[in-house]
Amino acid sequence: MTSSPLATYQPDQRALALIGGEATDANLRRYLHGIPGIDAVGLEARAADLGTRSIKTSSKRWAIDTIIGLIDLTTLEGADTPGKVRSLVAKALVPDAGDPGCPRVAAVCVYGDMVGSAVAALGSAHAAGGTEGVNVAAVATAFPSGRASLAVKLADVRDAVTAGADEIDMVIDRGAFLAGRFGQVYDEIVAVKEAGRRADGTLAHLKVILETGELNTYDNVRRASWLAILAGGDFIKTSTGKVAPAATLPVTLSMLEVVRDWHRLTGVRIGVKPAGGIRTSKDAIKYLVTVAETVGEEWLSPHLFRFGASSLLNDVLQQRQKMTTGHYSGPDYVTID
Amino acid sequence: MKFLDYAPAPESQALLDLKSDYGLFINGDFTAGRGTPFATINPATEQRIAMIATANEADVDAAVSAARHAYDGVWSRLSGSDRGKYLFRIARLVQERARELAVAETLDNGKPIKESRDVDIPLVAAWFFYYAGWADKLDHAGVGPNPASLGVAAQVIPWNFPLMMLAWKIAPALAAGNTVVLKPAETTSLTALLFAEILQQADLPAGVVNIITGDGRTGHTLVNHPGVNKVAFTGSTSVGRAIARSVAGTDKKLSLELGGKGANIVFDDAPIDQAVEGIVRGIFFNQGHVCCAGSRLLVQESIHDDVIDRLKRRMQTLRLGDPLDKNTDIGAINSAEQLARIRELSDRGQQEGAERWSADCEIPANGFWFAPTIFTNVATSHRIARDEIFGPVLSVLSFRTPAEAIAKANNTPYGLSAGIWSDKGSRILAVADKLRAGVIWANTFNQFDPSSPFGGYKESGYGREGGRHGLAAYLKPAVRSGARSISAAADHTTTPVSKKSAPAQKAAK
Repeated sequence: MTSSPLATYQPDQRALALIGGEATDANLRRYLHGIPGIDAVGLEARAADLGTRSIKTSSKRWAIDTIIGLIDLTTLEGADTPGKVRSLVAKALVPDAGDPGCPRVAAVCVYGDMVGSAVAALGSAHAAGGTEGVNVAAVATAFPSGRASLAVKLADVRDAVTAGADEIDMVIDRGAFLAGRFGQVYDEIVAVKEAGRRADGTLAHLKVILETGELNTYDNVRRASWLAILAGGDFIKTSTGKVAPAATLPVTLSMLEVVRDWHRLTGVRIGVKPAGGIRTSKDAIKYLVTVAETVGEEWLSPHLFRFGASSLLNDVLQQRQKMTTGHYSGPDYVTID
Repeated sequence: MKFLDYAPAPESQALLDLKSDYGLFINGDFTAGRGTPFATINPATEQRIAMIATANEADVDAAVSAARHAYDGVWSRLSGSDRGKYLFRIARLVQERARELAVAETLDNGKPIKESRDVDIPLVAAWFFYYAGWADKLDHAGVGPNPASLGVAAQVIPWNFPLMMLAWKIAPALAAGNTVVLKPAETTSLTALLFAEILQQADLPAGVVNIITGDGRTGHTLVNHPGVNKVAFTGSTSVGRAIARSVAGTDKKLSLELGGKGANIVFDDAPIDQAVEGIVRGIFFNQGHVCCAGSRLLVQESIHDDVIDRLKRRMQTLRLGDPLDKNTDIGAINSAEQLARIRELSDRGQQEGAERWSADCEIPANGFWFAPTIFTNVATSHRIARDEIFGPVLSVLSFRTPAEAIAKANNTPYGLSAGIWSDKGSRILAVADKLRAGVIWANTFNQFDPSSPFGGYKESGYGREGGRHGLAAYLKPAVRSGARSISAAADHTTTPVSKKSAPAQKAAK
C-alpha cells in the first residue's frame, strides 16, 4: 500500500489528515477510541502460540546473530560512571572476546550525561546514525518518570543531542495519557522530536517509551502506540525497565500490530523496541518469530526493531558458543560487560 | 536465508514402539479378528503404519458378551469411588505417555503435532480426570437420587479427534457404571489400540472396555446388537440418521453428535485482530475436520473488506506440511476419500459463482493435502454455505444488522456451534440468546473443556457430552426392581490397587 498519498506527507500533515482536524483532546479521543479494541485473552493466546515455534539448527544460528545486531546494550544506573560506560562500549564493539566474527550490537543506551563518554569511547566506531558501527542512544525527558516541566525535558533532549546522541529514548507523560489529555501527550512528542534537531538540520531518531506497565490495559497500549506514531515517533518502545511489568510478548505483539496497520495505512515503517525483562535467547527468539509473523521479516533490522537489554547479550553469546563448540560454556566464558 | 523458512523441527518417533499387526481388544486381551485385516496409513505419506484387524459378527458378539459379563460380574458392583480410582489411574497413564500418544495420533490422523501435543492429548487426560471425580457423586448428576447405569454401551467414534472422541465417550460411560464396546473410525484405530494397552497397564478389569476395529459394517453390527443398552455415535448426519432408524423401537438409549455448519459472526465493533485469529482457529484448526467448525463466516458489511484483507494476510503465514514438524499449522487431510469430498464441494462453490482464494503454499508430493481456502461472495443458497465440507474451506457471507446476522446464522439444518465477536457484552448475550446452536463461543472459538456440555440442535444430533449433562446420557433415573443401583454397591470392597500397576501410582503433575 505504498501508493498511499499519506506516505508523502510530513508527520504533522499526516496526523491532521487522519485525525480530521487539530490535535485536540477531543479530536484525538475520537480517533483513538475509534480504533478496534483488543481482546486480552485472544491476544495472549496468540502470543503464547507464537512462542511455541521451534527454532532449530540453521534458523537458530541466524536468529542468534540477528539478536545481537538488534540489541541496544543498556546501562541506566544512578551509579554509572564514564569508566562503566567505556567498559559497556568495549563490550558493544567486541561482544565475544574469543570470536572476532561475532556481530556488534546496534547501539549503546545511556543517560544523557554519559553520552559524551560513550561517543569518546566509540571513537571511529561511532555509527552516528549510520549502519556501520554502533549508535549512541540517550534516555531523556526526565527519564524514567517524565515528571518535569516541558522546558526541562526539552533541555534534557538538547543536551544529549548536542553531546552526540544519535537516538533519543523519550518517555510519554503517562499521567496526562491516563487523564485523557491526549493533546498534551501529542504536543510533547512533537516538541521533543523538534528538540532533537541538530545544527545541520537533521533530527535525532526518536523512540517513544509508552511505559506499558503503567498503562495497564492492552487497549491503552494500542491507543498510546497510535498517538506516539501520529505525533512523529520513529520507534515505539514498551518500557523504561524501571517499572514492572516491562516488555511482555503480548504487549509487543499488540504494538507490532499497530505498526503493521500503520504501514498498511500510510506506507511508512515504524520501529518497535521491547525493553526490560528479556534475558534469555529463548525469549528473544520468540520476539523474532512474533515480528516475522506479524509485520514481516523485513522488520528484523536495526532500523525497525531493537531489544532494550543488558543481561540478554551474555545469554545469547553463551548460546552462540554452544552452537559453535557443541557444548555449553559457563558465565565465566563471557565477559561481564 | 529467509528466517521464516524455519529449519525442520520434527518430533522424534523414537518413543513409539508400534506393532506391525493389531488385533481386537476383547475381554482384556488382544485377539485376532475374524474379518479381513486392513492397513492403516499415514495420510501425510500414504505409507502403511500397521495392519488392523476387522471384527466380524462373531467378534462383535464376543465383545458385547465380554462387556455384559464384566458389567454383571464386576463393574456394576464396584463403588463409585473405586471406579473413580481406575479413571484417575487411566488419566495419569495418559499423561505419562502423552508424547507417545501425540506422535501416534499425528502419524495416523495427519493432524499437526502441535495440536495433538497441546490440545488432543491434554484434553483426553482432562476428560478422564473430570469424570473420575464424578464417579462417586452421581446423586448430584441431575437425574435424581440413586441413579442407575444403563448396562453395555456401544460407542462409535469418528476420525477427526480419534483419542479425544474416545475419551469423551468412555470416561462418562465408565464413571456412570456402564461397560463399553467401542469402535474407532476405520482410518484412525491406532491410538485406540494404544489406549487398550493403557487399560491393561491400569489393570482395568477384563471386559469393562472392549475395542473392536473395522469399517462401517462392524459399526453397523455393533449398534444393532441386541445385547447393547446404549448407543452413542459421533460422526456424519447420514450415518446418524441410519442409526436412529435402526435403534427406533428398541429400548436402547441413543445419543448422537453429528455434523454442523457453524456461524462465526463478526460485528463491526469486534476486536479485529483477535477475531481474525478466531476465524483461523474456527475453520483451519485440525484442517477443518471439526464438527463444530466455524465454517460460515458472517461478517458485518461495514468491515467486510478489512476483515477479508487481514484474514488473507494471516492465512499466508499458515504453514502446511509435515504434521510431525513442530512448526506445522496445517497437516494432512485424513483420507483420499475426504479429500475428494472437499475438492468436489469446493469446485461446486466455484461453479455456483463464489470467489475462491487459497493461501499460497507448497503442497507435498505424497499424501492428502488441501490448501487453506476461503470463498467470498457466497450466497446463502450456495451448497458451500449449506453442506458440511469438513475441510479447511471457509464460506464468507455478510450481514447488515444483528437481526440479519441471527437469521442467517440460524438458517441451516444444523445447530451445533456458533461464535460471536463484539466488544459489547450486552450484544453478545442478546445475540447468543437467539442463536439455535448447542455451543456458542464469545470472542473465541473451538475451546473445549470437560466441564462444559457439548452437543447440537436439529440435524446436529441430540444428547450432550461433557459436564454434568454428559452423565445423563449414561444414567437412568428410576431404579426399577431388578435394576442395580450404583450406590447400592458402595459397600463392595474391591480396590483397584495392585502390584502390577505400581507405576500408575506416581503422582501426576
